[in-house]
Amino acid sequence: MEWLRFNDTLHIDLGILLDPLSVMMLTVVGVVALMVVVFSIGYMKGERGFGRYFGLLGLFVFSMLGLVVATNIFQMYIFWELVGASSYLLIGFYYTRPAAVKASQKAFIVTRFADLGFLIGILILSSYTGTFDFAALTADNAAIAVGPQANWAMALIFMGAAGKSAMFPLHIWLPDAMEGPTPVSALIHAATMVVAGVYLIARMFPVFQFAAPDVLVLITYVGAFTALFAAVIAITQTDIKRVLAFSTISQIAYMMVALGVADVAASTFHLFTHAFFKALLFLGAGAVIHAVHSNEMSRMGGLRKFMPITHITFLIACLSISGIPPFSGFFSKDEILVAAFHHNPVVFGVLLLVAGLTAFYMFRLYFRIFWGAHHYDRPPHEAPPIMTIPLIVLAVLTCVTGFVVPVHIDWAIASAGVVAAVIGIVVAWRFYAKPSDAPARLAARWAGFGQAASHRFYIDEAWLWVTRRIIFGGISRPVAWFDRHIVDGAMNAIGSGTVRVSETIEPVQGGKVQSYAILFVLSVLLITLLVFVLC
Amino acid sequence: MDFSGFLMMPSELGLLAIFVFLLAFDILAAETRAMRWFRPVAIALMTVQMVWGFFPAPEGTAFGEMYVSSPLTSMMKSILNIGTLVVMLQAGEWLRRPENSIREGEFYVITLATLLGMYIMVSAGNFMMLYLGIEIASLPVACLAAYNKYKEHSAEAGAKYILMTALSSGIMMFGLSYLYGAMGTMYFSDMNAAVAAEPMTVLGFVFFFSGLGFKISLVPFHSWAPDVYQGAPTATTAYLSVVSKAAAVFALVLVLHHVFGALAVLWHWMLWGLSVLTIVVGNLFAIRQRDIKRFFAYSSISQAGYILLGVLHGSSAGLTATLYFVFVYLFSNLAAFGVIAAVENQSGRTDIASYKGLYKSNPRLALVMMLAVFSLAGIPPLGGFFSKFFIFAAAAQGGDYLFVLIALINTVVSLYYYLRIIRAMFIDAPGADAVSSFRTDPYNSVSLVLCTTGILVVGVVSWFYNFIAQATF
Repeated sequence: MEWLRFNDTLHIDLGILLDPLSVMMLTVVGVVALMVVVFSIGYMKGERGFGRYFGLLGLFVFSMLGLVVATNIFQMYIFWELVGASSYLLIGFYYTRPAAVKASQKAFIVTRFADLGFLIGILILSSYTGTFDFAALTADNAAIAVGPQANWAMALIFMGAAGKSAMFPLHIWLPDAMEGPTPVSALIHAATMVVAGVYLIARMFPVFQFAAPDVLVLITYVGAFTALFAAVIAITQTDIKRVLAFSTISQIAYMMVALGVADVAASTFHLFTHAFFKALLFLGAGAVIHAVHSNEMSRMGGLRKFMPITHITFLIACLSISGIPPFSGFFSKDEILVAAFHHNPVVFGVLLLVAGLTAFYMFRLYFRIFWGAHHYDRPPHEAPPIMTIPLIVLAVLTCVTGFVVPVHIDWAIASAGVVAAVIGIVVAWRFYAKPSDAPARLAARWAGFGQAASHRFYIDEAWLWVTRRIIFGGISRPVAWFDRHIVDGAMNAIGSGTVRVSETIEPVQGGKVQSYAILFVLSVLLITLLVFVLC
Repeated sequence: MDFSGFLMMPSELGLLAIFVFLLAFDILAAETRAMRWFRPVAIALMTVQMVWGFFPAPEGTAFGEMYVSSPLTSMMKSILNIGTLVVMLQAGEWLRRPENSIREGEFYVITLATLLGMYIMVSAGNFMMLYLGIEIASLPVACLAAYNKYKEHSAEAGAKYILMTALSSGIMMFGLSYLYGAMGTMYFSDMNAAVAAEPMTVLGFVFFFSGLGFKISLVPFHSWAPDVYQGAPTATTAYLSVVSKAAAVFALVLVLHHVFGALAVLWHWMLWGLSVLTIVVGNLFAIRQRDIKRFFAYSSISQAGYILLGVLHGSSAGLTATLYFVFVYLFSNLAAFGVIAAVENQSGRTDIASYKGLYKSNPRLALVMMLAVFSLAGIPPLGGFFSKFFIFAAAAQGGDYLFVLIALINTVVSLYYYLRIIRAMFIDAPGADAVSSFRTDPYNSVSLVLCTTGILVVGVVSWFYNFIAQATF
């Protein structure tokens, strides 16, 4: 359906695109959204703004589905922004908490900043290809010249994708976005919205491949670096949702690497499996938080006795994300590792290391929540059925989704991945399953590095420095000065000048009817004269 | 004698019948209990007349082309009908006051008489007929202006109005005599064929034009307007600023297009200059007014400049835009005057300072005033935005970007002074002598609801624009 026409060739349509990729995304969004909504009924019970919550959730799901079925890049951009806006509203759901308000603003500003790049990329791309349409852009005969233009356009589009998908250095908003209600984190900041960037690049992959292969290399390295970087940070975090947030960043980076090494199938497969087990992890975390009323690991322990269902499902998700067969994560991770191995051994090594680290920090989380001992003032209790049923459904999906796609398993690489994961799990078990002073000793030895990692390598501070010093101080302040003194000054001069003229001419209207009559007659004569002179 | 010509003019005959009936009612029922029914009867009859006006009227000419009827004239008359009905609704409360009640009927009767004159202005096919209509529409208005004859301001307004009307009529008649001398005819159709840019014709045209410019209150023929608007009773001011002005605009549009089409080059630049002057001067004076009626006098002067902008781009889009502008202006300005009338009846005050804190005491009136003022300033999505938009679009279509620029700048200036009223009503703290909370007269409430609906609906519902466009083609 045509919506907006610029000229004969360039127009924006609204439509619905169904192909394997979008159907896969529709399944993911639909299933996870359903589970999250059901879970939320229990989680949000008795909260203020119960209705508002579900309204916003509906808005988000609508926007996300619109994004998925978009037929052209501009329609996708529209829904892309809508997704961002609903994400902003949901992160700031507890708008009375300053931290939530700050986090929502941060998320919005960072993603908007990235979207600016995205929009410029769209404009460049459309101006020299003359179309917005995905089908036309990705057709075999699409005449997209390789050149700096294509590189710039695609790099900027990747910038938009990186913002939404929290790639380094635009990842800073995602950990803070955990201020939103936990089911929201599960839906938006784990399973659906954050993978929109992956989806976008997968959707436009042929363009990247033919017109801008250099950008794919960039994507590979950004992805590999982000995967390692986020995994290291995840080890040091103590807030369970933040651990999950960094694990999300790391896993999405995995998908990005797969795209960079030109294996779209592996990337989308990992997207598919990740959505379920990550949603499961978040909802499980939500159930735990609901039970103990805290996000901090130090306030938890030994929960496996109190919350058996949550415990089992959480364990399944942990095994899956660590890549232990036969859970879904194993299959998709293996695909990515194979693709990376054939492409670039260094990247493969990084990913293998990340696989080990992932297993380590996930089981650190698992052991600290569910094992060990902790004294509770009030014993926590298992979540109600309305919350546990989604957990069970997602756990089942986590077990089976690995088999939906027939994959060829390269056992040599798969076993390397599994060994890395097992090492990570064993280390985590040694460190955290039983009381041990090993973590403390290790932390002491690596104090500087651990400190930096737990402060997320000071990336937030770096951004603040850039925005404060360079943008606010270097650009905004002079502009503001110009605006206040030159622009406003000119405006004020015009305004006061108008008023002064108005004062000056006031006596003309003196109230004497004789003078009015004279004015009238003189005006008629003057007009007559002018008409005769001029015409 | 052939009476079939009267069949061509059903609306005039209907209005005449209402006029005669109400005159008889007023005389026969004077100072009896039956006068209680005068107002409802008058308003009911006027409503019937208005509704009737929307039905298709016969088209053609009558009395040897003295009288012309077309869908365009019928629609202009309908617009005038709506305006008159709203004014009659708004006037009721003021007329019921003890000092006026004995003369209540007069107001309606005189108003209808002037309306009849306006009908003739719109339907004229001959300059004598047009002149007659202008006179019928002008002289009784002086009575309306001086209605509160024991109040000095009102009497002064009446005197000023009659003096200036006489002057402008004289100049106009003088111009007409030149036109007749140049072309030997007074019929529009004959003159249209004969008109040429000769000195005598041009002189006659300029003189004639200044007579109509007086009625539209174009600068520099506007000087009477502020004094009369301020001094006259509010209902009269509303009538003058909307209905009377609209009739003159309609007559001007028709004459320019039906008679002086050949002089288009000439009047295009003349109107151009005058409308720029009108908008700018109206705005500059409006900035410093303290009396709200005087303020609206200047505001309506600058609005007249915008109307002229549509007129001078002779395309059909320009014509449609002009009528549409007048239609929206009618609702916006009458809504404002309805509020002014209500406040004045309650407090007896018309200075802008008395509107301070109106939102606290009378939120609904303040909201109506806000809508009216926003519509006049051209804020979307109100009617005023669309009417200005169409005017500007017509001008831009004619390639007149300079004018659009000037008009836009002036729109910004006008926003400044319109916002003064908003500020007084919503932001300023009410003074010690602020208007207290009161109930608005039901008739006036009906008129305000009607106007508010008009402001909100006319812009958004494209049916109105299409309806006008249909009649103008």
